[in-house]
Amino acid sequence: MDATTNCVLPRYRVVRDEAACTGCAQCVRSCANGVHRLRKDPDRIVINSRACVNCQRCVVFCPELALTIRPWPQVGTGSSTWTAEAMADIAKQAQTGAVLLSSMGTPAPYPIYWDHLLLNASQVTNPSIDPLREPMETRVFLGSRPEILKINERERRVVEPLPPQLKLDVPIMFSAMSFGSISLNAQKALALAATELGTFFNVGEGGMHCDLEPFADHAFAQVASGRFGVDAHYLNTAAAIEIKIGQGAKPGIGGHLPGEKINSEVSRTRMIPEGSDAISPAPHHDIYSIEDLRQLIFSIKEATGYRKPVAVKIAAVHNAAAIASGMARTGADIIVVDGFRGGTGAAPKRIRDAVGIPVELALAAIDQRLRDEGIRSMVSLVASGSIRNSADVVRAIALGADACSIGSAALIAMGCHQCRDCSSGRCNWGIATQRAALTARLRPEEAAERVVNLVRAWTAEIQEMMGGMGINAVDSLRGNRLMLRGVGLNEKELDILGVKYAGE
Amino acid sequence: MTRRNIPREGEVRIPSGCAIAGIMDRSGARHDGGDILRSIALMHDRSNGLGGGFAAYGIYPDYADLYAFHIMYESREARAAAEAYLEHFYLCEKQERIPTEEHPAIKNPPDIWRYFMAPHPMRLAASGLDEAEYTMQHVFHINGKIEGAFVASSGKDMGVFKGVGYPEDIGAFYRIGDYRAWAWTAHGRFPTNTPGWWGGAHPFTLLNWSVVHNGEISSYDANRRYVEQFGYDCELQTDTEVITYLFDLLARRHGLSQQMAAHIMAAPSWREIDAMEPDRAAFETALRTVYASALVNGPFSIIVGSEEGLLALNDRLKLRALMVAEKGPMVYLASEQAAIQVVCPDAENVRSIEGGVPFVVQRDDVAAAKAGEAAENRAVRDWPLEHEVGVLPRKRREA
Repeated sequence: MDATTNCVLPRYRVVRDEAACTGCAQCVRSCANGVHRLRKDPDRIVINSRACVNCQRCVVFCPELALTIRPWPQVGTGSSTWTAEAMADIAKQAQTGAVLLSSMGTPAPYPIYWDHLLLNASQVTNPSIDPLREPMETRVFLGSRPEILKINERERRVVEPLPPQLKLDVPIMFSAMSFGSISLNAQKALALAATELGTFFNVGEGGMHCDLEPFADHAFAQVASGRFGVDAHYLNTAAAIEIKIGQGAKPGIGGHLPGEKINSEVSRTRMIPEGSDAISPAPHHDIYSIEDLRQLIFSIKEATGYRKPVAVKIAAVHNAAAIASGMARTGADIIVVDGFRGGTGAAPKRIRDAVGIPVELALAAIDQRLRDEGIRSMVSLVASGSIRNSADVVRAIALGADACSIGSAALIAMGCHQCRDCSSGRCNWGIATQRAALTARLRPEEAAERVVNLVRAWTAEIQEMMGGMGINAVDSLRGNRLMLRGVGLNEKELDILGVKYAGE
Repeated sequence: MTRRNIPREGEVRIPSGCAIAGIMDRSGARHDGGDILRSIALMHDRSNGLGGGFAAYGIYPDYADLYAFHIMYESREARAAAEAYLEHFYLCEKQERIPTEEHPAIKNPPDIWRYFMAPHPMRLAASGLDEAEYTMQHVFHINGKIEGAFVASSGKDMGVFKGVGYPEDIGAFYRIGDYRAWAWTAHGRFPTNTPGWWGGAHPFTLLNWSVVHNGEISSYDANRRYVEQFGYDCELQTDTEVITYLFDLLARRHGLSQQMAAHIMAAPSWREIDAMEPDRAAFETALRTVYASALVNGPFSIIVGSEEGLLALNDRLKLRALMVAEKGPMVYLASEQAAIQVVCPDAENVRSIEGGVPFVVQRDDVAAAKAGEAAENRAVRDWPLEHEVGVLPRKRREA
């Protein structure tokens, strides 16, 4: 065995029901990984299971339901320490000497605190509210506010105007996903959906493609460490600006979009030469401390005439509460905290699986810290990273968030099957790829409709849950931790989450 | 009074249903407690004997400039500790036991005292606070830190008489017929638990505020965590307490009118705002945005008393009953219409309070003075402090 010998076993086994298969070769056309190949003589389809990433495109599109994907059936060693995955990782690194890359949120079995928080409902002493009969308000505004509003009561007008605010008809936005990490069609779908829903999408750090400018009223422009695509036009076109300090899936490191993905469109949008690697440094090299962040925030505010809210996004890390409090004092209008189960287009596997903390704990700690300091009402707080359903949104708001952002969930609505192979650029669903043949599979209007359906369904569920609690405005849910009870949590976890145990 | 094993307000959150009533003479003429007693007594079935009380405004004209503290003590030690504390921070003009009358239905009352006091001028000046804030801090200290002492009321020319029992029995116990007030409110309580603690009865008060409330607000923790940012410790974990603090924050500290404070707490829906003309919509949007966490949700009906008069407010969906009627300078409020008609059979304009629309009754002299005031709110913290050294409380200088 030499250094190049591949000891890594396939992860999946693709099984074809030969009795059901009609040989239509839909699977062959579906798979950019070359799992299914048509062999002429004799006329049959052969399978290369090693190439399968479990994106399930062929399974979904097989008209005869003849395909299933199973785990590779090799038995493990029986060791809990040296699992098949642990050994496969070592084998890959022994073969390549490289950092292991992976994508999407960590699949590791860390606690998901959402699943340990139960919601309240009214019984007897106060009535639940029927959302079909009564208004059930999900609108929220994001931006900074004064502690005290100066008004003229007789004339019913505001004496000192508020800082710029974003109006969200639903407390759900779309997380930052750049052109480059996802396809332009996927971005267009999010832009269309955000516009339709009255919420916001985020162009990520890859600049804003000119095709997205018609939707810029519903766009966050991101300023990240690589500053790709950033100029005065970019900042002034968007509705709001987000400074990305960190991302939940890969706190503390930058990003690397390989040159082969920098085609002419990506090149133009990112304002970098075609074919060159797009490297986002780990830190912003003009932010080495909190006072530097203030300078960047105010540079952006100056550039946009103080007409746009500026958000700052951090990864949920150990000291998130203190960091967020500092951010609130630097002039950030919106604080975004991204939990470590959040997704990514590409991250070193060890970083994704080992760095950062769950968003639930970070969110609860940040909200409480801002309240302890009496500044929570003056800044908005957005939570993201592993929001899976409407109940997670309700839990996040009850813990203290003004709104949530969803990334993975929106992509799943478009077809993503969480195969975690985004970094290969061969996304069969046309989402995380720039190959024209693949991106053409994702039609923006159709994908947008699915995303809109998802958020509308969640909104209806949120309204039902709020109504059950006797609450008819999301304002009264925000930070309302009495509406939560913990199960299966220890004292310390309850303490950090600021919730009582079920039965208390 | 011995402490029972069942948790009290402050140790556990206890929802309760209730009866509330209020009677006010706009002219400022004072009336004894007979009518309010009969009004609340009629709604006997809306309470269950576990709490009743009254707030009265204008009862201490001889001491109108001094803070009148009503304090309930469960032990001699508690009284000694509280009096030593007050002696340090206040100059006391007069102190006495509040006269009470034995009543067969009133069991185990605490020792109840009242004090007429001015803030100690040197300590007030050294505190850097205005006298209302100074007094509020000391009320919080006594209630939170001195075991067995509870300040039932702490305003000027007003007082609260409350305890465990049906309100009509509590009224008889305190001899409220002997007091003359231009405004009265009353509360009969139906808690879902049996804490049996006198401090937990209502009205709840702070400074000149008194609040009686019927309902259970679903926004409680959102409201609590909002006001706690600004130093309001929600020790009792009751709706009434947090509503009182919201009024104090918005009306006293932020300088908004009581009506505007109530409007913020029961804000118009977005649907209504969207239908407004743009300037008005922008104004309402700004209020809802800045004061989003002051929105009170879930069923409630409240009567708020203050030196200005009474304010009644229902939740915006109108999930609790509250009636109002008038007769000459008199205004009557009650959970049930019959409770108004029993004391004023020929009351006029009998109607229910509309959901989310504050009903404000000001004393005539207050209304006249308000008409001449600036329409822009000015936060308390922006007023310059005038540090006078004298026995009587200093006044704020017009700036």
